[in-house]
Amino acid sequence: MDDEKAHIIPYRTFLYVLALLIALTLTSVAVTQIYLGTLTVAIALVIAVIKSSFVLRIFMHLKFENKIYSFAVIAVILILCLVIIITLLDYIYR
Amino acid sequence: MSMTTETHRDDLASKTGMWLFLFTEMLLFGGLFVVYSVYRYRNSLAFHLAAHELNVFIGTVNTIILLISSSTIAMSITAIQKQNKKLALLLLGVTISLGLAFLVNKYFEWGEHIKEHIYPGSPVLALRGQGDVLFYGLYFFMTGLHALHIIIGLVFMGIVTAKVSRNKISHDNYVLLENSGLYWHLVDLIWIFLFPLFYLIT
Repeated sequence: MDDEKAHIIPYRTFLYVLALLIALTLTSVAVTQIYLGTLTVAIALVIAVIKSSFVLRIFMHLKFENKIYSFAVIAVILILCLVIIITLLDYIYR
Repeated sequence: MSMTTETHRDDLASKTGMWLFLFTEMLLFGGLFVVYSVYRYRNSLAFHLAAHELNVFIGTVNTIILLISSSTIAMSITAIQKQNKKLALLLLGVTISLGLAFLVNKYFEWGEHIKEHIYPGSPVLALRGQGDVLFYGLYFFMTGLHALHIIIGLVFMGIVTAKVSRNKISHDNYVLLENSGLYWHLVDLIWIFLFPLFYLIT
């Protein structure tokens, strides 16, 4: 890492990702105005997950960093998901 | 990356420390998302109806503002790496302005609710029932905590901007700029989940 030259991400990469993120935002707004029911929740959350993966990988440079950072982020997200699932299971089957 | 001769510097450690701090932030908001899930499950109708009262338009505008500001601070790192100090300062300035714009929108949004006597502890809100109290309690607390993070991020970026202009941050020493960027992206990341959970899932 020390002798390695830092990875320079071109400006246009960020602009492409920004355009994609705005498009995804508008899509989620449009979709949630049309659909009803539990599908809405699922679609909105899936789009949020896609958006955050772009922010993490490109904006936060995870794609270009040592893989250990990505593993740690995934571990934190898994812990959060587990806590939410276990808590909800408790409330649903109480 | 080259080391200066006088002072010891460990950029990798700085960045790793920043990431560890961001993990604690994720867990802080994560705990609130757990609370949100349970209360939403137990009061789904009230949450569904209350979410209709939030202004989707302002929410969408604020989402786009934060996304643009995230891309501008990311590009300012590219600018500093390419030794383009002027552009880096310009992009930092744009990022800070967008963060302020977000807060102004939030001010008007909260103002609308408070004018209608909807705020935590409001007697009018209490009359509407437990579900509404919980929804708006979480709404004000989570967006408020997020806004506090925006303010901290703005201060952080202000310090970074001053350091860039005084050449304390330059193409061979920019880990502080990277860390302020990471913090700002985390704030954006949290908003990416707050926005659909409060404004869209109706």
